[in-house]
Amino acid sequence: MENVHATAAAHDHAHDEQHTFDKKAIWRTFRVLLYITLFELALAIGYYEMTFSNPELVKHILNGVFVILTLAKAFFIIAEFMHLRHEIRNLIMTISIPALLFLWFITAFLWDGNSYKNLRNDYDRHHLESSKEKVEVKEPAEKPETQEPGKIH
Amino acid sequence: MSQAVPVNQNMWSGGKSPFKVEYGKLMMWYFLMSDAFTFGAFLIAYGTIRFSSNGWPDPNHVFRSFPVIGEMHIPLAFVSLMTFILIMSSVTMVLAVGAGHEKNRKEVLKWLGWTILGGAAFLGCQAWEWTHLYHEGAWWGRNPFPNLDGSMSSTNFTNFFFTITGFHGFHVLSGVVINIIMFIMTWKGVFDQRGHYLMIEKAGLYWHFVDLVWVFVFTCFYLF
Repeated sequence: MENVHATAAAHDHAHDEQHTFDKKAIWRTFRVLLYITLFELALAIGYYEMTFSNPELVKHILNGVFVILTLAKAFFIIAEFMHLRHEIRNLIMTISIPALLFLWFITAFLWDGNSYKNLRNDYDRHHLESSKEKVEVKEPAEKPETQEPGKIH
Repeated sequence: MSQAVPVNQNMWSGGKSPFKVEYGKLMMWYFLMSDAFTFGAFLIAYGTIRFSSNGWPDPNHVFRSFPVIGEMHIPLAFVSLMTFILIMSSVTMVLAVGAGHEKNRKEVLKWLGWTILGGAAFLGCQAWEWTHLYHEGAWWGRNPFPNLDGSMSSTNFTNFFFTITGFHGFHVLSGVVINIIMFIMTWKGVFDQRGHYLMIEKAGLYWHFVDLVWVFVFTCFYLF
């Protein structure tokens, strides 16, 4: 124990956090993440199995729900697993304020993509017509796979 | 370490730790920020292209297979298993960090071992999924899946899918390697000599970040 001085600060730090570490909170976070994921899956599969009179609207609402649930999961992972909620305010702010840039990124770029689609459909009728043509449903998967018995699939 | 700073004393004038975390841990946070923006750029590019397309393949149709059971047509079942494995390995990582706080070498080894196994299991699942999709004819530049409305799809879907899940899988692989190094260092008693297990915390932050990214990849590719 020659380097007591060098590690004293680190010791201190490790000791400080010991009080905030809570196994029950970890398992609670795990359960929350698990339930949210199962709920998302139930919604996705439910949408797939059921038929709606206005499927596009339902899908939009569903996507909104998915965004909210995803952000909730992200919050729990960052706050509890990565322990950020228990750090001091300076550190929380130095991480979360730059992350707000994502709001602008996502809004601007998705808006741009949507605008490009609309402009292209308006001014390039051929593109619009050709993107509506149905292709015959072929299942290339099944055949080559069954022809290779013993292969991983 | 003092808890509160007196009102008239500047927190940033030296002699104090403004973030109250070790240097390496703070730098890990900054690295993860930059990595988040890299992943963000990928996913936003995917979103932009998807928003600019008239049609897109249906994930419930594409990702419906399960190994051994094969074409059981359980949509999204396999990816839920992958998600569960990754969340579970995040929990074991937190428990390893917690055991590190208590300087309990055996517990750290046990939970790190489970975390490494979880990461390896996730990578195995991803390898299976990629192989399966490859045999269905999907790869960079090839897309056998029609759009949801039955129209012809472009290769954007597969290009983004393999690039982004590949980039994430590469992160998982790095995380597993880092965890293995941590395991060996713990086993050799390096952290006991140092007197603290802060290194496990830094590896833990990285591992949770990989889990965090998966939450977004999962939503963007499998649910939307």
